[in-house]
Amino acid sequence: MSAPEKVRPATFVSKVKAADAKRAAAVSGFRDRWSDLPKIWRILAAVAGIALLFGLPNIAIPGIPFRTDEIPNGTSFSFVLSSIAIYVLVAIGLNVVVGMAGLLDLGYIGFYAVGAYTVAIFGSPNSIVATEYPWLVCVPIAIALTMVSGVILGMPTLRLRGDYLAIVTLGFGEIIRLIAVNSAVTNGQRGIPVIPAPDKGLVEETFFPVGDFRSHYWLALVLIIIVVFAVRRLEHSRVGRSWLAIREDEDAASLMGVEAFKFKLWAFAIGAAIGGLSGALFASRTGFINSDGFNLLLSVMFVAAIVLGGQGNILGVTLGTVLVFYLPERFRFLEDKRELVFGVALIVIMVLRPQGLWPSRRRARELKDRKLEAKEAIVSG
Amino acid sequence: MADTVKAADAEQTGQTTAPLLSIEDVTLRFGGVVALDGVDFEVREGEILALIGPNGAGKTTCFNVMTGLYKPTEGRVRFAGDTLTGRKPHQITRMGIARTFQNIRLFPEMTAEENILVGADAHHRSSVLGALFHLPRFHREERDGRAVARELLEFVGLDGLSGQVARNLSYGDQRRLEIARALATRPKLLCLDEPAAGFNPAEKERLQQLIRDIRDRGHTVLLIEHDMRLVMGVADRIVVLEFGQKIADGAPAEIREDPRVIAAYLGVPDDAA
Amino acid sequence: MTYLAAQADSFGDLWHNLADLTVSGLTQGSIYALIALGYTLVYGVLQLINFAHSEVFLVGTFGSIVVWGWLGYASGDGGGVPGLGMVILLLAVGVIVAALISGGTAVLIERVAYRPLRRKNAPRLIFLITAIGASVAIAEFVGVLTDRKPVGVPALVSPTTQWQIDPRDIGLDIQPVNITNLQIGIVLSAVLMWFALDSFLNRTKFGLGIRSVAQNEDTAALMGVNKDRVIMLTFLLGGLAAGVAAVLYNLKIGTVTFNIGFLLGLKAFTAAVLGGIGNLRGALLGGLLLGLAENWGAGFFGSEWMNAVAFVVLIVILMFRPTGLLGDSLGRARA
Repeated sequence: MSAPEKVRPATFVSKVKAADAKRAAAVSGFRDRWSDLPKIWRILAAVAGIALLFGLPNIAIPGIPFRTDEIPNGTSFSFVLSSIAIYVLVAIGLNVVVGMAGLLDLGYIGFYAVGAYTVAIFGSPNSIVATEYPWLVCVPIAIALTMVSGVILGMPTLRLRGDYLAIVTLGFGEIIRLIAVNSAVTNGQRGIPVIPAPDKGLVEETFFPVGDFRSHYWLALVLIIIVVFAVRRLEHSRVGRSWLAIREDEDAASLMGVEAFKFKLWAFAIGAAIGGLSGALFASRTGFINSDGFNLLLSVMFVAAIVLGGQGNILGVTLGTVLVFYLPERFRFLEDKRELVFGVALIVIMVLRPQGLWPSRRRARELKDRKLEAKEAIVSG
Repeated sequence: MADTVKAADAEQTGQTTAPLLSIEDVTLRFGGVVALDGVDFEVREGEILALIGPNGAGKTTCFNVMTGLYKPTEGRVRFAGDTLTGRKPHQITRMGIARTFQNIRLFPEMTAEENILVGADAHHRSSVLGALFHLPRFHREERDGRAVARELLEFVGLDGLSGQVARNLSYGDQRRLEIARALATRPKLLCLDEPAAGFNPAEKERLQQLIRDIRDRGHTVLLIEHDMRLVMGVADRIVVLEFGQKIADGAPAEIREDPRVIAAYLGVPDDAA
Repeated sequence: MTYLAAQADSFGDLWHNLADLTVSGLTQGSIYALIALGYTLVYGVLQLINFAHSEVFLVGTFGSIVVWGWLGYASGDGGGVPGLGMVILLLAVGVIVAALISGGTAVLIERVAYRPLRRKNAPRLIFLITAIGASVAIAEFVGVLTDRKPVGVPALVSPTTQWQIDPRDIGLDIQPVNITNLQIGIVLSAVLMWFALDSFLNRTKFGLGIRSVAQNEDTAALMGVNKDRVIMLTFLLGGLAAGVAAVLYNLKIGTVTFNIGFLLGLKAFTAAVLGGIGNLRGALLGGLLLGLAENWGAGFFGSEWMNAVAFVVLIVILMFRPTGLLGDSLGRARA
C-alpha cells in the first residue's frame, strides 16, 4: 500500500487469483449441487444434454456466432463437429493412460495412426493389399492391431518411470510416423484415398449428401457414449482402484498385492484400443489419409487437451479437447499465428492453473496438497 | 542338517509350532556397508515376535528383505516352506505377508474405504472383462471387498470414517488405517514397522490390545518397536539386532536380563516418550 | 537369396564410404554433443527434461544470422568469403551473440515457466506440458518472423581441405575422405566446450554449488546454497553451449528454418541419454556415438532412414540401460 507503482502488478495477479478462486468455488459448488439432485433429475438432465449434442449440427442461434461456417472462410460446422467428436474419443482413450493410470504417453498418436491406416489398407481399393473389406470388418481389425501394438510398446517400456516413459513413447510415435512416411504399404505423403465409410443405406443417402458429415458426427457421439460408459465401469472396479493406487504410490501398491505391471499394460492396451477406434473413425470420415496427418504436434495437442481440461475426469477432458480443437477453427482470423497462441496459452494456463480448468475433485486436491507440501518444505528447510 | 537340529531342539523344549517364516543366515551388503550380517531367526505361527535394537541396527532392512524389496547378498528367507527370495512384492503379499511402513504409506487421496479395498483386491481376481460386463465374480468381489472394509474399519476402531480421505485423517487414525489395509490382504504374517511411533500412552495401550486381537484372529505378528514397555507388554518372543547382527533371541524376561542387550541399549521402560 | 545379396550390397556401400561417413558422423555428433550438454545439465540438477532446450538452440542460430546481417554479411551477397581476420572477428561476435541469446532465453524460460511450477511442487507432467508450450511458442514465433521460410547463412568460411585420408594406402577398399577445416573446428569446439564446462563444474565454487544441488537439494539449501541461483546458472550454461552449437550448425548447414529445433533436440536428448544423462562426459560421448551411428546407419539402410536410427537407439538404450553408457555422475540415477 505504500508504493502504488510497485504494488500494481502484484495486485493485478492477486485479483486474477481471487477471480479464479471464485470460479473454482462455483465449479465445485455446481458439482455439489449436481450430486445433491435426485437421480431422476440427473438422468433427465443427462438425456437433455445428449439430445442437445445430437441436435447441434442443426442449431444456429442468431446473435451467437458459434458455428464455424458463419464466419468467413469457415469450415463446414458438421465437419468441425465430427472432428471434435473424434478427438474427444481420442482424449478419453488418452485419459485412461495418462489421467487414470498416470503413465506419461507422448506418442499416443501412434495408436491413432495404426487404427487409421488399418482401415485404409484393408478397406480401400487403392491400397497395396486391396482386400476391400467393408467398414464393419476393418474396425475390429484396427482395434485388435492397435491393442497388440499397445502391448508390444508397453512390455519393454512400462518398467520405466516418469519422464523416461514419456520420451520413449514419443520416440515410438515418431517411428510410426516415419514408417508411415517411408513405407510402401502406407504410401507416404501420397496417401491412400477412397476409404470405406459405414454403410449408410439408401434412406440415409437422400438425407446425407456428400460433404455432410453429420452421420459421422452422430456415429462418433454414439461411440463416445459407449466408451465413456465402459471406462466408468472400469474406473469403479478393481481395475480403476489399482490404477489409482499405482498412480499414488506404486511401491506401496505392489506391497498391497497390486500387480502393477499387468494393470499398466492393460491401461496401455485399453487406451490403444480407443485410440485405434478413433483413428478408424477419422480415416473413414475423411476418406483419405496420408502421413502428414500424424505428427508430433497433434500428439502434443491431445496431451495438452486433457491436461488443460483437467485430467482424470471425463468432463474436464472433453472440455479441454473442445477448447484445443474448436477454438483454432473459430478464431481463424489469427491465421498462421494460431500455433503461437496455442504455445503461449499452454504456458500461461499451466503456470496459473496446473490442475486444469475442470479438474476432478481428486486431482484438484492432489495439486493443492502438493503445493502445501512445497510451502512446508520452504518454511522448515 | 541345521533343520533337523532345529526340529530336535523344538521337540526337546516342547514347542511344536512350526516356523512360519525363517530367515536363514541372511547377509545384505550395500556397496561397502554391511546392513545385515548372518541374521538367522524364525517366526513361529501364532506368536507375536518383536524385533528390537538401537537405531541403525538393521530392523527395517530386515523387514524389507522379508517383504521382497531387497534381495539378500547371501542366505535366504523361507515362508511356510517356500523360498521367498527373488519373488516380486505382489507375489509375496499373495503368499501371505503384509506390512505397514515406518513413515505411513497410505494412498493419500483415496478414502479410508478405498485404501482397504485395494488391500482386499489382493485376493480378488476379477479384471477388465469382469468390470466391463459386470460379471457375477465382479459383483461378488465388490460386495466382499466392501464387507471386508466395513468389518476391518470397525475392528481397528475407525468405523464412521470410511468416506474420509486418508490424508485428512488424524495421525493415529492413519496408522490404524494402514494396519486395516494390511489386514485386508489376508496375511498369515503381519509385519508392523514401528506402529506406535508418535503415539501417546493411551494410544499405545489401545495398540497393544489391537495387536493381541490381531493375533487372536489367527494372524502371526512381527513388529519393530522402540517402546520397550509396549514390547514387553505384548511380545511372546523378542529378537534383538545390533549393527546388523542378531545378539539375542528369547522370551521377554530373558531379554530384559541379557547383558548384551542391556549393553546395546538401555532397556528402560519408556515413560518419557 | 536376393535379400541376403541386398544386405551384402548395403554393407558394401557402408564399407566403401566408411571414412567419409565416419568423419561426417563425428562432425554431426559434435553438434549433438554441444546441445546434449544443456539437456544433461538441467536433468542432472532438476531431473527435468527441458523440452524447450531445442528452441534455445534455435534462437541462437537466428540470432547470429541477424547480427551478421547487421554487420553487413548476409547470405546470397556474393563477393566471396571475407579475409581471415574478418572471419575470426565475425565468428567471435557470432558465437558471443548466439551464446548470450541462447543463454538468456534459457534463463527466461526457467524464470517464467519452470520456477512458478517448482514453487507449487507441480507433478512432472505439468512441467512437460509447459516445456512443450514454451517450445511451440518460441518456434512459432520465429516462424512468424521468418514467414516459415528457410533463412540462409552468410558464407563466412569456405571449407578448405586440411587433410586427406586415403585408406587405400593401407590396402583397405575405402574411399578417401577430405577433412575440412570447418569439420575440424566443429569437433574441436565440442571438445573444448565440454572441457570448459567440466572444469567449471569441478573446479569452481559455482560448479560445486551445481553439483551439490544435483545430489541433494535440501541439504545444499541447508548449507547455504542459493538453489534458485544455481538453477539459473545451470540453465545459462546449457544455453551457452547451445549457442556455440548454433553457430557451428549455421556454418555447417548453411540454412536454418524455424522448425529444425524439434528433431535436433530429440537427437541431442537421445545422445545425452545414450552417454548417461546427468553426466557431462556422457553427453560428449553420446553425441559423437550417435552421429556415427546415424551416418553408418544411413550408409547401410539408405539416407531416408537416418532419423529413425536416433529413435531406435533411444528406445533400445532406455529399455536395456536407462542410465546410459557412462552412468549418472551429477546426481543420483533415476530411472
